[in-house]
Amino acid sequence: MAYHRYDAVIVGAGGAGLMAAIQLAGKANIAVVSKLYPTRSHTGAAQGGVSAALGNTEEDHWEWHMYDTVKGGDYLVDQDAAEVLTREAIDAVYELEHMGLPFNRTPDGKIDQRRFGGHTRNFGETPVRRACYAADRTGHMIIQTLYQQGIKHNVNFFDEHHLVDIIFTDDGACCGVVTYEIKTGEMHVIHAKTVLIASGGFGRVFKVTSNALAGTGDGVALAFNHGIPLMDMEMYQFHPTGIYKMGILLSEAARGEGAVVRNSEGEAFAARYAPTLKDLAPRDMMSRFIHQEIKEGRGIDGKDYVLLDFTHLPEEVIDEKLPDITDFARTYLGVEPKKEGVPIQPTAHYAMGGLPTNVEGQVIRDPQGTTVPGFYSAGESACVSVHGANRLGTNSLVDLIVFGRRAGKHMYGEIQSNDWAELPKNPMDRAREQIDTLLSRKSGESVADIRKEMQEVMMDDVSVVRTHEGLTEAHDKIRDLQQAYKNIAIMDKGHIYNMDLLEGLELGNMLECAETIVAGAIVRKESRGAHYREDFQERDDKNWLAHTMTYRESDGSLRIEKKPIVITRFEPKERKY
Amino acid sequence: MEVTMRIKRFNPETDKKAHFEEYKVEVEGTDRLLDVLNQIKWYIDGTLTYRRSCAHGICGSDAMRINGRNRLACKTLMQDLGKRITLEPLIGFKVEKDLLVDMEPFFAAYKSVKPYLIADDAPSSGERLQSPEERHRFDDTTKCILCAACTSSCPITWTNDEFVGPAAIVNAHRFIFDSRDQGAALRLKILNKGSGVWRCRTVFNCTDACPRDIKVTEAIEQVKRALISGEVNYTEA
Repeated sequence: MAYHRYDAVIVGAGGAGLMAAIQLAGKANIAVVSKLYPTRSHTGAAQGGVSAALGNTEEDHWEWHMYDTVKGGDYLVDQDAAEVLTREAIDAVYELEHMGLPFNRTPDGKIDQRRFGGHTRNFGETPVRRACYAADRTGHMIIQTLYQQGIKHNVNFFDEHHLVDIIFTDDGACCGVVTYEIKTGEMHVIHAKTVLIASGGFGRVFKVTSNALAGTGDGVALAFNHGIPLMDMEMYQFHPTGIYKMGILLSEAARGEGAVVRNSEGEAFAARYAPTLKDLAPRDMMSRFIHQEIKEGRGIDGKDYVLLDFTHLPEEVIDEKLPDITDFARTYLGVEPKKEGVPIQPTAHYAMGGLPTNVEGQVIRDPQGTTVPGFYSAGESACVSVHGANRLGTNSLVDLIVFGRRAGKHMYGEIQSNDWAELPKNPMDRAREQIDTLLSRKSGESVADIRKEMQEVMMDDVSVVRTHEGLTEAHDKIRDLQQAYKNIAIMDKGHIYNMDLLEGLELGNMLECAETIVAGAIVRKESRGAHYREDFQERDDKNWLAHTMTYRESDGSLRIEKKPIVITRFEPKERKY
Repeated sequence: MEVTMRIKRFNPETDKKAHFEEYKVEVEGTDRLLDVLNQIKWYIDGTLTYRRSCAHGICGSDAMRINGRNRLACKTLMQDLGKRITLEPLIGFKVEKDLLVDMEPFFAAYKSVKPYLIADDAPSSGERLQSPEERHRFDDTTKCILCAACTSSCPITWTNDEFVGPAAIVNAHRFIFDSRDQGAALRLKILNKGSGVWRCRTVFNCTDACPRDIKVTEAIEQVKRALISGEVNYTEA
């Protein structure tokens, strides 16, 4: 075992983690832990853009961006947080440019901006150009740029270290993490004054997802197992345009540039459901429109997919502004988007829920907002909540840079005023025992089988449309799989690059996430944003204008509490586009 | 269809040297090679080891030698590979286990070219201006995902540990030709050394290997030309 001591340890080297690291670099002694190499982080897969009301190509204001964010989130957004998000987005985007991010440019040399789903001028009038972008690889350029800054500032990277535990004192303060060095199998205790969980989402709980294989919710699940609540876990976004069966994302930027979704009759049907924004209606709605078209028999060839049509776009728009996603269609489907429609279906994409935090990135432990000393989260692993019941396209990247930056800055204050809390005795025992058990068990349940069953039931019963019956079935299934998980056996018993062991550990984390998603979806007896209940089709502001906070009780059961949302500027209204 | 996967295996905890193992598997032509590796790992042999994450050619984890050519496993479909497929780790790197190699020297070479914007003139508010032409000048080299397919395909890197390799030059190019950057002279000096661009023999393996279709050899040539002329043109190649 190795022992290290840092002012701050940041778990996850995606956009949020690196943005926080850069705030602290040179001022504090920090470690950035990633189970991958940092540039492999899933921020790099983001395509379309990062929104900020720069007003470079037409009039825009952060208040309009805030309104769109609140309305897009079906009023489950905490409006104080949405105000921070949209105001600070402007400076954060400029900061990325100053770091070297190669944004596309307007003819007069400013950052170019384009349209995106749900982003409008003057409180809903018509689409607005707000998304700053670098072709259709904006996330790639963000992760590259931030990693480059990390190199410049000599950040200590713990590459290929898997998070296996988070350490808390008896008083409930966070004081470090335990990692498993993938290359050697050695365990590391990293003692720290502050810990930031920026470990991303958990799309891999679903069968069809745009998420990386690494998106397994490690940080979220481990914190939950230490009594930290999770917020709004039932709010899981399905992106309308994933490549059929594979789930690979085809950015909303396609529709921002003019592509449309068509059914078997060739109809661009979104206009029928959302007359104003048409194909730029928010993702939850677009996914439901597609679901409805397929249900009514207008899927292509009677199957469960529709077509994303680029054929009417000028060739130079496809080549200059959408090169990657059109290349995906060619590579994976053998389809030339300039000539024919691309088969798509909704794909599990983004967790609006996660570790509850305040606007400084501090994790809170109850509906009153009591903070957990030393413990932070930012990015997809966190729930601030700026996305409410449905995140707008581009706002994930905005979230990373705004709240990653804020968390880093606030951590600096805590580092200066606090000393290291004393570690509990043998902080790595729990993880060590878990790993030793997996390495020594000779036979048992298959990780791949359990994972497959989990992904299938989550896709069938907990995706775009939900019912009490399906959810209850999914709940029972997940509980059964959790029992089976206790007896998993892995095949690789070695110590060097044991990826089989890691997949075993990741499955445990995914099951935790899946269970809380289902539990939240069962109790929320209404339809709001991404959470659509066929048996409760209306939004119920009287009872459910509230976050859910889910706790693991000591007897293993779950307890769910409500947390009131913060309304500052925009009273809930019916959500029409 | 049934295919035979011939995979070079090496477990440092049990093997003295590498050997090939064969797996017969049922696949669809539209499966990614990565899907098939996962199928073997999940259902046949959990010790089979390789890196992977995004599974659609954007994170750069799963470059390997596929039927003798460097490719990403997640961007290669089975229908393009025939019935007997040979997989080996990237060459020119130390093999850690099976298809997984030591990436540290690769990242060290990348870091040696100072791959970050060097500029001290950020405006106090707003963005720096850059014309679309200036932005376009280095567009191609911004696409690099650091997968090492190019560097590992370069015969110079197989025998010369000093050479920074094509990927590092690509990333130097991305900054040298960025009109906002002030570090071109510094990077050109680094690439003018014995470990730099003059090692390149214009074999074009790198360009062929790049899963992002970056014109790698062309980028290296542009750096060479900038060194010879002593000038960096920010709008035209």
